[in-house]
Amino acid sequence: MARITAGVGSSHVPLLGVAVDQGKTEDDYFAPIFKGYEWTKKWEKEEKPDVIILVYNDHASAFDMKFIPTFAIGCSESYKPADEGWGPREVPDVEGHPDLAWHIAQSLILDEFDMTIINEMDVDHGLTVPLSMMYGQPEKWPVKVVPLAVNVVTYPVPSGNRCWALGEAIKRAVESFPEDLNVQIWGTGGMSHQLQGPRAGLLNREWDNEFLDLMVGDSDAARHIPHIEYLRETGSEGIEMVMWLIMRGALGKKTKCLHRHYHIPCSNTAIGHIVLEPDN
Amino acid sequence: MSKIQDRDIHEYLAELEDIPGTRVFTAARARKGYWLNQFAMSLMNAENREAWKADERKYLENWPMTDEQKEAILARDYNRCLDLGGNVYFLAKVFSTDGLSFAEAVSTMTDMSFPEYQDMMKKGGRSAEGNRSIKANLASAAAENEKGVN
Repeated sequence: MARITAGVGSSHVPLLGVAVDQGKTEDDYFAPIFKGYEWTKKWEKEEKPDVIILVYNDHASAFDMKFIPTFAIGCSESYKPADEGWGPREVPDVEGHPDLAWHIAQSLILDEFDMTIINEMDVDHGLTVPLSMMYGQPEKWPVKVVPLAVNVVTYPVPSGNRCWALGEAIKRAVESFPEDLNVQIWGTGGMSHQLQGPRAGLLNREWDNEFLDLMVGDSDAARHIPHIEYLRETGSEGIEMVMWLIMRGALGKKTKCLHRHYHIPCSNTAIGHIVLEPDN
Repeated sequence: MSKIQDRDIHEYLAELEDIPGTRVFTAARARKGYWLNQFAMSLMNAENREAWKADERKYLENWPMTDEQKEAILARDYNRCLDLGGNVYFLAKVFSTDGLSFAEAVSTMTDMSFPEYQDMMKKGGRSAEGNRSIKANLASAAAENEKGVN
């Protein structure tokens, strides 16, 4: 039986990808950010997950205004890094796990989550930056990935409660997959940041850390945070944190924190990172 | 699930407009900005980027955008673009084509120079304090005035 063994939360700022690709991770500016990922890199090497369900959002790369799926799952054999306007990142192609992905898609639809199914797409920094943060620069990614793209751009985006419930349904889906697989779920994006308008540059260390606190233990209070609170407290793009709730929901009633890291700033954004284990 | 019955869509949408210096990308903005954003999206392609750089005004002729939207893009007035339905992830294709970093482009929407903006970020960013609600700010300004009068 497949099982979800851990959850990882991480920001996915594009500049971090640039830092990795250009060998700047030791610079004064970036070193404190990457230092907080060293523990996780070592841990991932030991854990050797077979598959990552990687929850992220597309930033006008694979999806434009023509189609705006709220929840979409990648069922492809592989995904190429997207050209986001300056040529694709020079990172390996991402290998999918179509058997597990299709199984999850079917199970979610039967559980009344009306998923969009993606058979072909390119993946942008939202997906490839977290892989770089956790695995560095390998020739080939050492893990297969099931991309799960969430609309957090066009309002209304899904509610926190819905995201959490989707996570719960993903847990059921994975646990009903007959093959013995070590599966992790990653929730990416955030933390506080605002990339637009005169209020751009808003960061909120205190709120972000309270949110990180809520990921640990048996509280499900985070599922009831309304959109307006993310917007007021964490900036317009802080809403990406609803994607962490999919990860948290998939870990069951209670979690244990294995590692936690927070740093301000990276470009316009607060970096948050957490590693959780189900504790049920 | 318990909240569904209480939710009022009009209140929900009105609250999204109550945040100072912010244009939440609502359905109304997404409709208004459809072609502006699709134009920006076209710059994901290297050939289109060349054509755009060669003659921006001519490139825009092929897009059914409003004159206001075209002028806002040509002027790189990103706040105006947001007002006209632009979304920053789409507009990013324009400023990356210009060779601007995300932080530099974002700083042009604030009242700060880029070095001032970078400095603010290093010091912990813009505080949420006083930036949460237009209505709350108006109410506290009115209370201050009241004090002044008395």
